[in-house]
Amino acid sequence: MINKIVASVAEALDGVKDGSTVLIGGFGAVGQPDALIEGLIEQGAKNLTIALNNAGSGHVGVARLMEVGRVRKIICSFPRSSDPVVFETLYREGKLELEITPQGTLAERIRAAGAGIPAFYTATAAGTLLARGKETREFDGREYVMEKALKADVALVEAWEADRWGNLVYRGSGANFNPIMAMAAELTVAQVQHIRELGELHPHMVGTPGVYVNRVVQVDRGGDWLKPEAR
Amino acid sequence: MPFDRNQMAARLAADVPEGWCVNLGIGIPTLVANHVPAEREVIFQSENGVIGMGPAPAKGAEDPWLINAGKQLITLVKGASFVGHADSFAMIRGGHIDLCVLGAFEVAENGDLANWATGENDTAPAVGGAMDLAAGAKRVWVVMEHTTKDGRPKLVEKCSYPLTGLRCIRRVYTNLAVIDVLPEKGFVLRDLAPGVTFEEVQAKSGAKLHLN
Repeated sequence: MINKIVASVAEALDGVKDGSTVLIGGFGAVGQPDALIEGLIEQGAKNLTIALNNAGSGHVGVARLMEVGRVRKIICSFPRSSDPVVFETLYREGKLELEITPQGTLAERIRAAGAGIPAFYTATAAGTLLARGKETREFDGREYVMEKALKADVALVEAWEADRWGNLVYRGSGANFNPIMAMAAELTVAQVQHIRELGELHPHMVGTPGVYVNRVVQVDRGGDWLKPEAR
Repeated sequence: MPFDRNQMAARLAADVPEGWCVNLGIGIPTLVANHVPAEREVIFQSENGVIGMGPAPAKGAEDPWLINAGKQLITLVKGASFVGHADSFAMIRGGHIDLCVLGAFEVAENGDLANWATGENDTAPAVGGAMDLAAGAKRVWVVMEHTTKDGRPKLVEKCSYPLTGLRCIRRVYTNLAVIDVLPEKGFVLRDLAPGVTFEEVQAKSGAKLHLN
């Protein structure tokens, strides 16, 4: 019997090694696996490279992971979201390496990694600072920049529902980076609000087939995270 | 009287025809949606994978799983759909967005856009989806104040800030005027805010402004 459901966040994150590259899903707080991020802080892996859209707010979640010194490098598109105090301090002090990637390029780099494509060309960023040092090539008279796939050791994703095969159903705008991140890592861990019986999830609704998912942990998020300052 | 923020957004909205799929940036661009009349069907796309975004929710009707690119709570309209980020940016990069509206630090007369970094060393740059939109949308319009807070022109011969996209801006809406950016001609006046003169707009611009 296939059963990817584990009993605790600690079990879900067991074995994450120092120096890992970790993809973290979510756009703002929506689709962000908060309990897994907290769990990673507890778990203790350090010298991490993390890739995600934003760089955390306040002193919780990803911001705390950075504040307690676990992150060596961050790859993201928009580090200046609401209250990025930890990021800005570490960045100014030179304690955090930053790789800025346009949001669509970040998504495609992750998708490419999951799809077995080592690199691709995009018109995004051609002629700008973010193309500096990258190979470019002209197709049909337009300049394109070569971007490399972004593979990871671990992906932490969030979904609304899952079954024991690891099939995931997303809610609202909560899919965002999660489906592609689930594809691009050696170990994909999903935090979900609800566990359903096998067969209960409609095949058309499954956003990530369980083939991409290694571990599922159920976390009841309660209502607190809905507050505006948590977004 | 120059336009205020809402009037700038309304002036731009008047030029958005039925049927377009439109992506709005953060700030004044977001206000554009409020000024498209309900009977004119325009589809608003948000980079985080929402196609068919509606207005802000009524109090008590918020869905915390439903936000826009600015992380504000939103609603859906009938006909809406969701995709993940790879598909959302395929839509953007693949030329399926009819119009993207962005704010800007500077727009150059060749259509170059600078809106993501000031080049100051202690501030981390943050690009978000701006470069993808600038490179991929069918047309990109800018809505912005005509000058900086200290009166420097934002319409310039050549951008001084780092570029977001090259030769990508087709039109600019400011508090003073509507200006086309044409490949051969540069800035061409299209419309003036009430009571504003061509001479005033030219005086507050850092590049030659052409009459039709």
